[in-house]
Amino acid sequence: MTRFGGFRIPIWANRALAAAVIVVAIVFPLFFQQGDNWVDDMTIALAYVVMALGLNIVVGYAGLLDLGYVAFFAIGAYTTGWFMSGFFSDANVHVFVSEFTKNLPGVHFNFLLVVVVAIVLCAIAGIIIGLPTLRLRGDYIAIVTLAFGEIIRVFAIEGDTIKLPFGEDNHLTAGRQGISPIDKIDLPFFEQFTSLNLRAWYWLALALVLIVLFVNIRLRDSRLGRAWIALREDEVAAASMGVPLVKTKLLAYAVGAGFGGMSGAFLGSYFNTVNADQFQFGFSIFILAMIILGGLGSVWGVVVGAVALSLINYTLIPDVLNDAPNKLFGLDFNLTEVNYGIFGFLLVLMMVLRPEGLLPERRRQLELRETAQDAELVEVAHP
Amino acid sequence: MEASTSAPPPPTAAISTRGNGQVRDAAGKYGLIALLLVLPVAYGIKDLSEDGNLVGIANNLFAGLSNGSILALIAVGYTLVYGIIELINFAHGEVFMIGSFTAVSFWGTIGLGLTTGTLPLILGLLLVLVVAMLTCGVLNVMIERVAYRPLRTAPKLAPLITAVGMSFVLQNVGLLWIGGSPASVDDLIHAQQNVFTFLGIRVDRADLMAFAVTIPLVAALTWFVAKARLGKAMRATAQDPEAARLMGINVDTTISLTFLIGGMMAGAAGLIYALYQTTIWYFQGFNAGLLAFTAAVMGGIGNLRGAVIGGLIIGCIQQISDNRINTSWTPAIVFAYLILIMVFRPQGLIGEETREAG
Repeated sequence: MTRFGGFRIPIWANRALAAAVIVVAIVFPLFFQQGDNWVDDMTIALAYVVMALGLNIVVGYAGLLDLGYVAFFAIGAYTTGWFMSGFFSDANVHVFVSEFTKNLPGVHFNFLLVVVVAIVLCAIAGIIIGLPTLRLRGDYIAIVTLAFGEIIRVFAIEGDTIKLPFGEDNHLTAGRQGISPIDKIDLPFFEQFTSLNLRAWYWLALALVLIVLFVNIRLRDSRLGRAWIALREDEVAAASMGVPLVKTKLLAYAVGAGFGGMSGAFLGSYFNTVNADQFQFGFSIFILAMIILGGLGSVWGVVVGAVALSLINYTLIPDVLNDAPNKLFGLDFNLTEVNYGIFGFLLVLMMVLRPEGLLPERRRQLELRETAQDAELVEVAHP
Repeated sequence: MEASTSAPPPPTAAISTRGNGQVRDAAGKYGLIALLLVLPVAYGIKDLSEDGNLVGIANNLFAGLSNGSILALIAVGYTLVYGIIELINFAHGEVFMIGSFTAVSFWGTIGLGLTTGTLPLILGLLLVLVVAMLTCGVLNVMIERVAYRPLRTAPKLAPLITAVGMSFVLQNVGLLWIGGSPASVDDLIHAQQNVFTFLGIRVDRADLMAFAVTIPLVAALTWFVAKARLGKAMRATAQDPEAARLMGINVDTTISLTFLIGGMMAGAAGLIYALYQTTIWYFQGFNAGLLAFTAAVMGGIGNLRGAVIGGLIIGCIQQISDNRINTSWTPAIVFAYLILIMVFRPQGLIGEETREAG
């Protein structure tokens, strides 16, 4: 049962709405040219939805504030960089790739394999990042994850000076120059994707979103999902009711990270470059702002928040409002320069005015309201 | 306040402190000290074997101390705020950056330049110091009023998220103010000019200036927190806000005062930084803020003395890493220290002073 304000929406209407949204999402690119900007923006938006849903598991369900989510974007993207390009030029490995790619030097794996590798690598990284945070209090977790994200960024930037032990002149990353080009995605039974026809990319991204959505919803209603929520609401109570803290927390990190890696692998191929400057701290905040805008823990809220923020970032700010400061106030700057400032402002605004998000999850809303009411009672008792 | 602060530490923590707690404690402390000595000792040995003396590492450490005094001033702000409301004031680094920008803009306004004489320069810079401190103090109070106070009863992570948000807002204010790339400013005090050399250690004007500002400020702050009436109110509120309220302390005012003092220290650090580095950048606050936060955690968060010592230590590590390894690796090295400290010795070198620590 979902609620909008005071209304209760029956479960069939809810399902019909979801089905209608999915159908609209599927036919959406047919209304545009194959290479239209809207298809491009929506593809990126869908990839961000995958990431936001992943972060939602860590922050929204399990209540562990992760400020270094960009690390998993980086690891996922570098997986495509390593296994789907000519970066290791003296190697000559081809696994399930098209005829055209077979003639290129380097390591070339099929995208499906790369996604699996990316998910596994990120899940391992998630556990490695999660392990030291197990005993920490909430705000320290945030800083430790941030620190991990920054360390990975430094490795990405300086990776071109780190020699790998195999091959003649192989490095960890290509630093700021970027690993480019990356193989286009090539799925079995389909033609290899091209940068001219963006519809195929869009539909693949949509398929990823649907998979992740399904997993997200099923996990939320599972034993594990209930354990996460119990952990978020009261760690001590959860532990004394028999929730295994270590396992539950690490699974949250691993699953959340895996989705980040999945999206990162997709974006690596879609952007056609893996470049150290893509992995700034600001990106973690960008994704965090999506789930806070939509509503922490609320699956549909997160989807709406992610689509809304990435459209704001890639369409509204650069194309529509870019010269607004100049036109309206005569100020000498473009709005794109301060996009992260806008997201920061949004974070403050949401947390102060509507911390439960635009489409709140009911339980979370009660939680937030409850603590406020408790405190009010204290205020009344001790004026 | 109650709802957010009364949460007991996770049960796993209780297990670790049981048993031979004293041995663990000592092991953690000396382990941390040993870890901190790795870099200086390694490069000290290298200097000794290559040059036959320790001048190189001694110079690094001295420059690290003067550089670290800036970090110490910022770290004090983190530690005071954490002590009183248990919030990592993520925007604090940006307040420091705004302090630098204010100082540079204001000394331009009052006409300080390379040709200004010594006495007018010193008087002018004192005025700039006061203005930068007041601006940052008031800014910090305003941030608390707008972004943290409405969330005082919310779950603990809510104000941390707004703090991150404020940090981005201020960073973009800085971006619009000076522009996206580092801007060099007038080297008013001829920062790199050598004053004297002692046992091979170069003492520059910048070093003397940093100590001349930092030492009195830290001394005054220590006195204020320990002895002054309002300082006592601050400590009382940090220990137990409810009891402090019952004793007639205005908790809101005291918290505002804490933010004011923290911001003022950051403003002073901003001026020193601008004079010392002669370059300002909108991103300087993010880097310095995280280094200073590491310093505060290293000393033991909530602990004033710890923040100062932590700042000096982090300054030395940063200097050695910048000078000997590579500037771009410095953040990774400092963050590695931060993670190790948070995981193995969250109470820091001297011991934290928060309500959770008891």
